[in-house]
Amino acid sequence: MKTSLSWLREFVELPADLTAQQLDDALTNAGMEVESIVDQAATVQGDLVVGRVLTIEELTGFKKPIRFTTVDVGRAEPQEIVCGARNFSEGDLVAVILPGGELPGGFKIGARKTYGRNSHGMICSAAELGLSGDHSGIIVLPPGAAEPGADARPVVGLSEVLVEVEITPDRGYEMSLRGLARELSYAFDAAYTDPATLVTAPGPTDGIPYEVEIEDTVGCDRFSARVVRGIDPDAQSPEWMQKRLIASGIRAISLPVDITNYLMLELGQPMHVFDLDRLSGGLVVRRARPGEKLTTLDGVARVLDAEDMVICDDTGPISLAAVMGGETSEWQPGTVDVLLEAAHWDPVMVGRTARRHKLFSEAAKRWERGVDPQLTLVALERAVQILTEHAGGTADDKVLDIDHVVAPATIALDPALPARSIGLAYDADQVAALLSRVGCTVTGAAPFEVTPPSWRPDLLAPIDLVEEVARLGGYNDIPSLLPPARGGSGVTPQQRRRRSVGRALAENGYVEVLSYPFVAPSAADQLGYPADDPRRSAVRLTNPLSEQEPLLRTSLLPTLLGTLKRNLGRGHRDLALFETGTVFLPRLAETAPPVMGVDRRPSEAEWTAANSIVPAQPWHLAVTLTGDAEPAGWWGPGRAASWADAVEAARIALSAAGVTADRVTVGADELAPWHPGRCAAISVDGVVVGHAGELHPAVVSAYELPKRTCAAELDLDALPLPPVTQAKRISSFPPALIDVALVVDRSTSAAVVEAALADGAGELLESLSLFDLYESDQLGADKKSLAYKLTFRAPDRTLTTEETLAARDAAVAAAAARFGATLRGA
Amino acid sequence: MSYRNDPYDPKQAALLDPAALEAAVDEARKAFDAASDLDELATLKSAHLGDRAPVSLARREIGSLPPAAKSDAGKRVNLARQSVQGAYDSRLAELEIERAARVLVTERVDVTLPWDRRPRGARHPLTTLMEHMGDLFAGMGYDIVEGPELELEWANFDALNIGPDNAVRGSMDTFYVDLPGLVMRTHTSPGQVRTMLTRQPPIYVVSPGRAYRSDELDATHSPVFHQLEGLVVDEGITMAHLRGTLDHFAKAMFGPDARTRWRPHYFPFTEPSAEFDVWFAQHRDGPRWVEWGGCGMVNPRVLVACGIDPDRYSGFAFGMGVERTLMFRNGVSDMRDMVEGDVRFTANFGMEV
Repeated sequence: MKTSLSWLREFVELPADLTAQQLDDALTNAGMEVESIVDQAATVQGDLVVGRVLTIEELTGFKKPIRFTTVDVGRAEPQEIVCGARNFSEGDLVAVILPGGELPGGFKIGARKTYGRNSHGMICSAAELGLSGDHSGIIVLPPGAAEPGADARPVVGLSEVLVEVEITPDRGYEMSLRGLARELSYAFDAAYTDPATLVTAPGPTDGIPYEVEIEDTVGCDRFSARVVRGIDPDAQSPEWMQKRLIASGIRAISLPVDITNYLMLELGQPMHVFDLDRLSGGLVVRRARPGEKLTTLDGVARVLDAEDMVICDDTGPISLAAVMGGETSEWQPGTVDVLLEAAHWDPVMVGRTARRHKLFSEAAKRWERGVDPQLTLVALERAVQILTEHAGGTADDKVLDIDHVVAPATIALDPALPARSIGLAYDADQVAALLSRVGCTVTGAAPFEVTPPSWRPDLLAPIDLVEEVARLGGYNDIPSLLPPARGGSGVTPQQRRRRSVGRALAENGYVEVLSYPFVAPSAADQLGYPADDPRRSAVRLTNPLSEQEPLLRTSLLPTLLGTLKRNLGRGHRDLALFETGTVFLPRLAETAPPVMGVDRRPSEAEWTAANSIVPAQPWHLAVTLTGDAEPAGWWGPGRAASWADAVEAARIALSAAGVTADRVTVGADELAPWHPGRCAAISVDGVVVGHAGELHPAVVSAYELPKRTCAAELDLDALPLPPVTQAKRISSFPPALIDVALVVDRSTSAAVVEAALADGAGELLESLSLFDLYESDQLGADKKSLAYKLTFRAPDRTLTTEETLAARDAAVAAAAARFGATLRGA
Repeated sequence: MSYRNDPYDPKQAALLDPAALEAAVDEARKAFDAASDLDELATLKSAHLGDRAPVSLARREIGSLPPAAKSDAGKRVNLARQSVQGAYDSRLAELEIERAARVLVTERVDVTLPWDRRPRGARHPLTTLMEHMGDLFAGMGYDIVEGPELELEWANFDALNIGPDNAVRGSMDTFYVDLPGLVMRTHTSPGQVRTMLTRQPPIYVVSPGRAYRSDELDATHSPVFHQLEGLVVDEGITMAHLRGTLDHFAKAMFGPDARTRWRPHYFPFTEPSAEFDVWFAQHRDGPRWVEWGGCGMVNPRVLVACGIDPDRYSGFAFGMGVERTLMFRNGVSDMRDMVEGDVRFTANFGMEV
């Protein structure tokens, strides 16, 4: 809603010295968002004066025609000004900004040499002064508008304070001067004149000015009309009206149309003007028949919906009710007999029609938020008066008013409720006074019987009245008080686990990223998923931002690899990234959830059924790395990131999640998008929770990543929650250390060898670590040697050499028995 | 060989002469003091403390003395020998200290050499900030609740009094999917709906997390963003409690000068409703009010839809954008930096925000 301060002042006696800040605060505290308050006079700084063009000299030889002028600006000497416009003559009055001045947008004016001449100032166009978008030429003022040297601001119209506010969807009444002025009257405790009381409107007459039938009184609960005949079709809107329309952002069109727009702004009542001579037969107001067509004023042929309301004559629909008129019945140049319509429409219907046809007209915006149903006759009377005053013609005495408006229901309000909800001690008198102020009728004592005014369809329940009390009472007077503390149970184990995993990875060199979960359908192919891979089954957005990426991710990797690539594109080479986030795994059945109302809690059965269709959305962790895991430096060469780093990242994450190493197994696996020979399945308690390793070369190539890029992905929600960790007994006796080197088949995995040694060594084994991996021709092409350091220790004694050797031998024997391991050199 | 019966020969006992002993001690002390290092001191040791050293030879002469003189001479020799040994020991200690100091000097390194062999990573500031906010409320007795990002339309809209005709349910604002009855949640409030459906008051919860609105990404908008919303439902909860909670939160986030300012607003799920600004004294462009979030008293219709008796319980709710908070609190000027995942942006924050 945009308007001028001077118009507002007609209805509310605002302080004469009102500052922009005071106005801003008042509107803001009333609940409006102030988009702008512009004092037009202040938008142009310095001397903006009226000038009379004395001489014009055409300069030639430039790319465009240029004029060198002398202009009388009321000073001793004429001002020399170079000007690129050509729409003026010697003797014309123009607006001149003198050196030292500044135009909107910070454009400073100085004396300068241009096109070979000195130019002292500038002759202004409407666009340059911020008045309109008109760049077509400079402003030529009407003869005698003012004397040269006079301030040009009032002459060109730079004298208003323009106010633009955004109205919340519940307060339609604020989309009018009537409502805005009313709100401001509260803030300044100022006298208020309701523009709806400016005229006394005649009531409905027995005879009607035109035949109208309302078929659907839900969609249209009031329809009023007047007729004026014989107006001057060439009559122009008065300048004051045009100025106010323009200040409100509405184009001036013609007197009858301008009047309806003007009254819509002033009262909040949208209206419509029909050309009486273009109507054939009586009007019928009804729902559209499905498939009916109507070409609206914007020239668009629309197919109507059964829910749309239309006004019809014998030819069919002639107006999309409440939203936009039709081409065949609307006022047009030459119209002399008019039918003025002011109705009241169902806000829900209008909202749906506006959205359905994407027609958010000024009228629709007001209907959707709610319009006072008691304005139709006042608005018609005002329209008839203004129209006949400026265009002559004869108003028909007959007044049509089909009224099915239901009076607002009375709300029972406990006078103590506001204090109880707000925490500020309003007494009953204060509550009654504040509610009366917004137009409510308050009767009774406990409870109050509150009847909201006709313009407040938003006041329906006691809490709506509480809000008005709090708002007018002032939000910033509400005290600040902490509620008493309640026992909380803190961060959940799942939340703590995600935090620990994130922190551990960051401490180990990984940088966290948060990527959008939207992926392209081609990602499944790029990642090399087999045709029957369940990860190909993804939820699809029906209105994605990008048609290229309509799917919700089933793995974090495609989006994480995208982020990796973006970083590579920005010149980073050594990268280790991680992301924790949800993936979206659709259920196979695609049934709709049960319809659940809001007048009660859904039943357990309904709620369970509803949740059964919500796709599983487990939290995943993914890492990816490329380049050097450890950089080269003065200490020596770096170390390239490898599959082993990815596996280690998984181990780090599991450890941080409270999964002890003895519950984790790593085994060889083959799964896209990993390299089939460099892919590890990560299991906890024997259940696979993720994979890690080097990406498949085809995937690396599809994503255009550096060779040997590695990645891991774990399902964090699949991890068991950490149990209460039991303390371990610490032995104070010395350890016994023995090394063993075992020769095994190359295909035997280290994890298997380690498990065999541990099982065979028994309880005395404290730890074992692989310190050498050796392959050579001497050993044999299919053999490898694994050298372990075994640490033995007893809890209660110092081990003897015999005991230690026996344990070592048992360990080796287990490895020999399981996969034929031999001691190296034996 | 024995001197026991040898007659006393003063000439043979010349070394026992007190003056001679004194001279031997002086000479030894001078020699030791002149030793410039431990090696030189070691070579000097035998000359003054070895078998052929004057004090050693003097000891041998004691036998030639008459018995009456032996005791006295023995004491003199011992004193002399102790003096020589003392001179040696003190010089030895000095030289050892000098050597230790010299070793430390030669072992000096350039401690400014870099050793970033294991690069550090970083956590995303949005994650850290959400944890920080969550912890503040956990400390006040709130639980941190979550819910699915692909959510039931009923929980995201209907239960929150956002009726079927509300414009925000249009495809201009909300992402829909090819499954009926589901939307990408447009706020984290459905997580609160889920809480109310599963437990009765007192309810004190915050729900941090991701939300979705179909805005194009630009410097101040992102279709995927993070929110922290709070919900309290209990007996006797008033708007003053809401204000107290937000003021406390603001001070914890932005320092003791912070406070909130409210502007009446409209939200379907709260009434009365307000938008609130926070006074942020550390703003990089100077102290100012900054728009922070929305709040209000839970609309009784929401309580009814979630199975809570609105005549017995009242509640408040509030919410703010985490991106927006990070932008003004930490001076991030472009939201795209939070989205694109450039490691320089995140590394700058390290582990804390």
